[in-house]
Amino acid sequence: MVSWTDYLVPLSQGAWVTVQLTFWSTILGAILSFAGGIGKLSPIRPVRWLSVTYVEVFRGTSLLVQLFWLYFALPVAGDAIGVNLRLPPVTAGVLALSLNIGAYGAEVVRGAIQSVSKAQYEAAKAMNFTPRQTLWRVALPQAIPEMMPSFSNLAVQNLKDTALASLISLGDLAFKAEQLRNYYQDSTTVYTIVLFMYFGMALVLSVLMRLLERNVGRWRGARR
Amino acid sequence: MSEPMIRFDKVEKSFGTFNVLKDLDFEVARGEKVTIIGPSGSGKSTVLRILMTLEDITGGAVYVGGDPLWHEEKGGKLVPASEGHLRQMRTQLGMVFQSFNLFPHMTVLRNLTEAPRVVLGLSKAEAKDRAEELLELVGLTEHAHKFPNQLSGGQQQRVGIARALAMRPKVMLFDEPTSALDPELVGEVLNVIRGLSEEHDLTMLMVTHEMRFAREISDRVCFFDGGKICESGTPEEIFGNPKEERTKQFLHAVLEGD
Repeated sequence: MVSWTDYLVPLSQGAWVTVQLTFWSTILGAILSFAGGIGKLSPIRPVRWLSVTYVEVFRGTSLLVQLFWLYFALPVAGDAIGVNLRLPPVTAGVLALSLNIGAYGAEVVRGAIQSVSKAQYEAAKAMNFTPRQTLWRVALPQAIPEMMPSFSNLAVQNLKDTALASLISLGDLAFKAEQLRNYYQDSTTVYTIVLFMYFGMALVLSVLMRLLERNVGRWRGARR
Repeated sequence: MSEPMIRFDKVEKSFGTFNVLKDLDFEVARGEKVTIIGPSGSGKSTVLRILMTLEDITGGAVYVGGDPLWHEEKGGKLVPASEGHLRQMRTQLGMVFQSFNLFPHMTVLRNLTEAPRVVLGLSKAEAKDRAEELLELVGLTEHAHKFPNQLSGGQQQRVGIARALAMRPKVMLFDEPTSALDPELVGEVLNVIRGLSEEHDLTMLMVTHEMRFAREISDRVCFFDGGKICESGTPEEIFGNPKEERTKQFLHAVLEGD
């Protein structure tokens, strides 16, 4: 008879993969969010179009299909034109997750930049900042704290979405759970532990995002 | 006579079908302290906003220091100003806003050093020296490391004045600098502006409802009504012996409580 504690080692290995997947795809997703969100507000038309297309395509299609496309379809398409586009599962997973979350994040970034008041832009102009300096030194620092609650949601969403990566044979938490279940036929115990593990990771992530939010918005909390 | 610091030549400004400024001719000499008074909607703030390049003009021409503000010369012809030209022209102007518009995410000191550093290219130390000098001028030295929302309205507006001065403008534009303040905080801001009005080289153009103050510090007062200057003269002329009926009515209405 196996005890539930015997599941912990393989599940922890899976959880570590999940953490890494979440970490890298959230970082890359954040970069894509800023690129897409700032791009949507760019005065340069092709940049704007590119950003809009990116956001609409990746918001408007299923993450699972994006994942399968990058992992299964892209290599075949590559072969057809004679290029090797075979991605390792980790790369495909991180890429699909971050492209997806970046598309949602881009809308958050755009909205937050647009919520910076006109008065701030006027003050920036009166101080003779260039449009670029205004974006980086005046608008973004005020917009970022505005983005944090939504980013926090997206990061947790992203953590949970990593489970889909098990479907392209990535050994994450969901993948290990499936293996254990197949072997021991003990669904209840395995999935209960997995549930708590995801919940625990989500909790830690929320707390980290809260700390980050407080850090970037220090000036907002300051009171006389 | 030398070229005026500011000259409006038949300036038109309309928002859609609404004409804010109509055929406006207006001059401010170098070093002159001019106050614009008038009812709301008379276009007085628009004059300042056009000078700060926050609003463009729909007709006529504006000159600052003899150079066209909203136009530039290209091949002997005046064409609409490029962003580069506007940036060049803006170096001569500083503005103080009614609602302060400080950068809330920067400390007081940073509000004063950011633009001198990144726009004018001053070193960190130079910018800090300049800022500290100005903070002393406006009496806020001990608040240098606070954020704007830790200050009172009057203190914030003094930072606003110092921030504009940090760019060493030739012309200071004050757009109702005390209108957003609680009455007990107006005095400290007016004191700072009064101090500046003694600087001979600095040209000042102020829109205000503080009539007593306007009378005290202005070389000249302009009464705006319906997008035009209705009457212009020394404070004594305008407040003591207004000629136009509209001026009399306006002054009577605003000075009633005084």
